[in-house]
Amino acid sequence: MHELPVTESILKIVLAHAEKNDVRRVMTIGLQVGRLSDLEDEWMQRYFDYVSRGTLAEGAKLQIERMPIRLECNACAETYTVDAANQIDIPCPNCGKKDAKLISGREYFIKNMEVI
Amino acid sequence: MDDVRMIEVKEEIMADNNQVAAGVRERLRLQKTMLVNLMSSPGSGKTSLILKTAQALKGSIKLGVIEADIESKVDAEKVAAQGIPAVQLRTGGFCHLDATMVTQGLEALDKKDFDLLIIENVGNLVCPAEFDTGAHKNVMILSVPEGDDKPLKYPLMFSICDVLLVNKIDYLSLSDFDMAAMRKIVLALNPEIKIIEISCKTGAGISDWVDWLKKEVTAFRRA
Ligand SMILES: Nc1nc2c(ncn2[C@@H]2O[C@H](COP(=O)(O)OP(=O)(O)OP(=O)(O)O)[C@@H](O)[C@H]2O)c(=O)[nH]1
Ligand SMILES: [Mg+2]
Ligand SMILES: [Zn+2]
Repeated sequence: MHELPVTESILKIVLAHAEKNDVRRVMTIGLQVGRLSDLEDEWMQRYFDYVSRGTLAEGAKLQIERMPIRLECNACAETYTVDAANQIDIPCPNCGKKDAKLISGREYFIKNMEVI
Repeated sequence: MDDVRMIEVKEEIMADNNQVAAGVRERLRLQKTMLVNLMSSPGSGKTSLILKTAQALKGSIKLGVIEADIESKVDAEKVAAQGIPAVQLRTGGFCHLDATMVTQGLEALDKKDFDLLIIENVGNLVCPAEFDTGAHKNVMILSVPEGDDKPLKYPLMFSICDVLLVNKIDYLSLSDFDMAAMRKIVLALNPEIKIIEISCKTGAGISDWVDWLKKEVTAFRRA
């Protein structure tokens, strides 16, 4: 799938920040990825290891925080989270209606990085 | 031992592509060319829809087509055979088009006076949803034989589109596709989406789609 362009993009941003901050090595990279994305942690790491070879970020560990899928009930305004994309049609835990809209779960964000 | 420091990065991973996409959108806006990104699984009817649409628009709206295909040129040849300017982008094994590839497609079309350009994206419900192409409108096709559970499996795609075309409704009587249930899930993901049921085979619903398209192109040119 598209792990390759995504990890290339992560590397580019990380290296730009590393340069600005006189970094010798990037140890970890903190990411936030919405649960609606199908990117797999393990494959992201493998692709990252591949694209980062020979750079300051070689060997860095991706710490991927999966952001929840949040829904808001159109009937009673209750907000609730579901674990996976295929559960978005569960009834509202408050009123039992199946009529909700998506409010988050699509994030693709680099939060921070640990460096030396 | 060196001290480990924490650096706040706070950047969108897709920022680069999003920026190129915004540039494409703006450039085409100034040229008064509306760009539509058409996405679906393989074989849902993207090329068939483009051919039907081209027929219906003949004489009223100047249409061009950007075809993306991993390997072949089959679709671009079919479209060009109808007298519609078409370019083929070879995505070199990529699973989606990004805004940079679209820029190359725009350059390859030598005329610039189109009212409407349609991109036939790579057949895939996953990756194209993640990459902004620079289109002004995103349109997807779900065909009846694929099943009514696709919005649950590929929610991102359904959540980013302006229009969902449910194609191959001529198969409805042969299948257990639950249109009402599918609509409900899609509308939960995306309350703004317009859902149109069509058949590229019988022509059912095509005029509703073409009417939507004409209205959007007119509004776009006036803006
Ligand atoms: N019965 C029926 N068949 C259709 C309909 N629309 C398209 N088809 C057929 O479905 C097949 C695939 O259609 P295409 O238009 O090539 O689909 P596509 O999405 O462009 O396919 P790829 O480019 O390969 O991903 C063709 O054999 C079409 O004739 C429809 O509404 N009903
Ligand atoms: Mg095709
Ligand atoms: Zn409720």
